[in-house]
Amino acid sequence: MNIFESFRIATRAVLANKVRSLLTMLGVIIGVSAVILLVAIGTGVQKEITGTIEGLGSNLLFVFPGQINTSGGGFGGPPQQGHPFSNADAKLLGSRLTGIDAVVPVASGSATLKLGNKSGRSTLMGATEQGAQVFSATLGGGRHYNRSEVDAGARVIAIGYTIKQSLFPSSDPIGQVISVNGQRFTIIGWYQKQGGSLSGDQDNQAYLPITSLQSLTGVNDVRIIMIKVTDPNEIDLVRAQVKRVLAPRYQDNVTVMSQDQTLGILSTVLGTLTYMLAGIAGISLLVGGIGIMNIMLVSVSERTREIGIRKAVGARTYDILSQFVIEAMMLSVTGGVLGILLGAVGALALSAVVPTEITPWAVGLAFFFSAGVGIFFGVYPAWKASKLDPIEALRYE
Amino acid sequence: MDERPSVLQVADVTKTYFLEGIEVRALCGVSLDVHEGEMLSIMGPSGSGKSTLMHIIGLLDHPTTGRVIVGGEDVHGMTPNQLAAVRNQRIGFVFQSFNLLARTGAQANVELPLIYSGLPAGERSRRAREALERVELGDRLRHTSSQLSGGQQQRVAIARALVTNPAIVLADEPTGNLDSRSGIEVMALLQELNAAGITVVVVTHDANVARHGRRIVELRDGVIVRDEQVPDRLDARDEMVQLGMNTAHAPSSAPSPGSGS
Repeated sequence: MNIFESFRIATRAVLANKVRSLLTMLGVIIGVSAVILLVAIGTGVQKEITGTIEGLGSNLLFVFPGQINTSGGGFGGPPQQGHPFSNADAKLLGSRLTGIDAVVPVASGSATLKLGNKSGRSTLMGATEQGAQVFSATLGGGRHYNRSEVDAGARVIAIGYTIKQSLFPSSDPIGQVISVNGQRFTIIGWYQKQGGSLSGDQDNQAYLPITSLQSLTGVNDVRIIMIKVTDPNEIDLVRAQVKRVLAPRYQDNVTVMSQDQTLGILSTVLGTLTYMLAGIAGISLLVGGIGIMNIMLVSVSERTREIGIRKAVGARTYDILSQFVIEAMMLSVTGGVLGILLGAVGALALSAVVPTEITPWAVGLAFFFSAGVGIFFGVYPAWKASKLDPIEALRYE
Repeated sequence: MDERPSVLQVADVTKTYFLEGIEVRALCGVSLDVHEGEMLSIMGPSGSGKSTLMHIIGLLDHPTTGRVIVGGEDVHGMTPNQLAAVRNQRIGFVFQSFNLLARTGAQANVELPLIYSGLPAGERSRRAREALERVELGDRLRHTSSQLSGGQQQRVAIARALVTNPAIVLADEPTGNLDSRSGIEVMALLQELNAAGITVVVVTHDANVARHGRRIVELRDGVIVRDEQVPDRLDARDEMVQLGMNTAHAPSSAPSPGSGS
């Protein structure tokens, strides 16, 4: 008997119990679609985040207080909290470093922005006038704050797109005065829509001079110092300089990270997360496989007499084995294909909310894993069927 | 004695079962030669070992001791797959309970042995239809078991047994589940096949059924107590005429109610 006949017989058996076959497949369908969907979400989010960081440019250095062990591509342990930087540290770096375009101290906070009876909570980003060179936001209208406003701690603010839409849905915000935590700020600019990122909704951020932010919050800390290097090839030289300049004040409690390193760490973390999601989904695929084995065992005992008849008229062990293995595979592969379709449709539907990307490896893996599940869980019942004694099988009622 | 070559030989066959620890000796040294073109009835009450003998002859069961020779080949030591091939090529089975595949059409049932012989689909279909025409069911190729009467189902089973051109057709109580008219029809068919040169072995407890054969072997408690030619062989065609049945063509509709004999 050739393999084509085994397929024909298996098809008949699957179609003979349509509802049962479908319910059996459901386990695999859910498992496979979960793998596809979760990996699609994981990959989509990872791509978006790394894209955002790459968008910052490869010539940026981020200087944090404290130490983060980045050896081996992962976190070596919890970051040690260091003493926060101050504006003076940024000034010192600006005067001592060579081969740089800008040194920008950045502080952040959150505040309630209010206009008339409309208000909302937003993130405030405080920086010097060079902030425009290191932030990725693009002006939609108005201007950035300038050096004299930074020096004076002027109450000027540039708002993100979401803030503009909620406070000034139809009018031009430039020159308007809003309340920021109860203090009056004049709007000098607004930014175009950017979308979500690592630090939440970038469109719900407002940008103001770091000095203004510090007087608003009463905290003079600088969270991070961003450095724009002139030549990306010399980024390691600049990094060494930063360490040297800050050593007298902070010893080793300074972390200098480039975009590459940040990407490396994030990719590792997000990649691990994606594999974890796939693993969890894989467990449900395994459960689906056990469902197939269960049904195949039922199917074998139900069809004991049929097996006896087939053996009496000349079916060999291999014929019975292949018939049942192919039947199990058919259930799991059909379930796998349906699961892939369902997962893909789900990923497309979800892409309105979460970034998703269907990866070929996840589709391939899910497909071959489900086929493997069929073979693995189908072999035992099929082997049991093929070993049946023809006379015992014929006597079976 | 019969001078024709033997298609099947059993020599000093014994079979011992263990049922819940109790030894059951089903066959205690049976020797038998089945010659080409013979129509042999193996007769005996239930428990005589006739079914066991039939299963051993049909290579569905192994003897405890003794030899089984099919077409000159000793089957001792053959693997299950080799035995399956011998069953497929040389033996056709007709069972009391028909043993057709459920939800499967008549033609597909008849094709079954040919699938395992590895014949291409076109050839299978042609031979299956020929065999069904031979049992007068050429017009019911797609009917499933539930759409056929008992007599018709048994005729499908006979077609399945014939389709491989076996050396021997083994029928185990072929009339056991049938009313008397359908039973006579089935016996007429088996006699017809035998007249056409096919070796037929019928296993039955019914002396009347056994008398359709040319030779009767009677088993009792696992030994042969009688092995003789039948002097007054019954001709199923004559019986059909006596019962007023149409002998030109076996009826293809559901059989008329059994008259009980």
